[in-house]
Amino acid sequence: MKRRLLLLLLPLCFLGLALFFYKGLSLDPSQRDSALMARPFPSFEAVTLRDENQRVDQTLLEGEVTLVNVWGEWCPACKQEMPQLLELADHDVRMIGVNYRDIREKGLAFLNEFGDPFEANIFDPQGELGFDLGVYGAPETFLVDAKGVIRYHHKGYISPDDVRERILPEVEKWR
Amino acid sequence: MALIRVVAAMMIMIIASSAAAGGIELRQFDDPVMQARYYDLTAAMRCPLCENQAIGDSNAPIAADMRDRVYQLLQEGRSDIEIVDHMVQRFGEYILYNPRLENRTYLLWGLPIALVLLGALVVVLMVRARRNASAKALSAEERQRVEALVNRKRSS
Repeated sequence: MKRRLLLLLLPLCFLGLALFFYKGLSLDPSQRDSALMARPFPSFEAVTLRDENQRVDQTLLEGEVTLVNVWGEWCPACKQEMPQLLELADHDVRMIGVNYRDIREKGLAFLNEFGDPFEANIFDPQGELGFDLGVYGAPETFLVDAKGVIRYHHKGYISPDDVRERILPEVEKWR
Repeated sequence: MALIRVVAAMMIMIIASSAAAGGIELRQFDDPVMQARYYDLTAAMRCPLCENQAIGDSNAPIAADMRDRVYQLLQEGRSDIEIVDHMVQRFGEYILYNPRLENRTYLLWGLPIALVLLGALVVVLMVRARRNASAKALSAEERQRVEALVNRKRSS
């Protein structure tokens, strides 16, 4: 009787482990959440891309739900993403850009060529704000609520489907 | 003596060139302890972009940024724990090869220990069962049969 119980325990252990590993190994590590989720937007001090005398800090993101898009002229996916950002601007989504690891002239030329949906751009040539945001590639997009808390993180390119299925619903949710 | 010098020079060149080819910068440390801490820290953190490399030997731009930050924080006199916290706050627990013990990771840390204990228990039970079985004395009938067998073997 005892032996039979032990023999039954073995496949049960195996089944448990198999389920555990099946679940664990089918998770996609590139789809992990930002470490800043539900945290306040990191404090920073910078100038804007268009005006090197205009100083801005994290209060720029308070008062209204804001989409913060991290981009650079050197980033090919950012060009492909721009039509979607312009569409979001048409939906009256407030957008602030972070011009990440870029050269001022190149960043400005990019906006002239591909359009400018941004109310302002935080100029981040050394990538310091990007680092504090945990950005490790562009584009990355953060949704910040009216209190300045990060509520949603979109890693990589925003596709036309993402606009309708992810971004706009999230904006509505936090408005 | 001259040979040793040539070999040493060659080794330095090989190390320097492989470091340059890897895109990993050579950093100056006045304090060998700090240098060791730098290498330990950069080997213990996973590159968030490349996923299968430590930031200490990855060419990804973000890994270079993270090495810069580790170096900078070391120079500022921060402790290892503070530096790890600084990185985890930005990039998440994901970057730690050795996850920390907390609610989410109890199973991860506990399961191997639990399995080892379970295995030990099974072994103890088996050994005990076997010892009980072998310690049982032979009955008179069994003894007779054994003796008969032994005697038959001898006489043949």
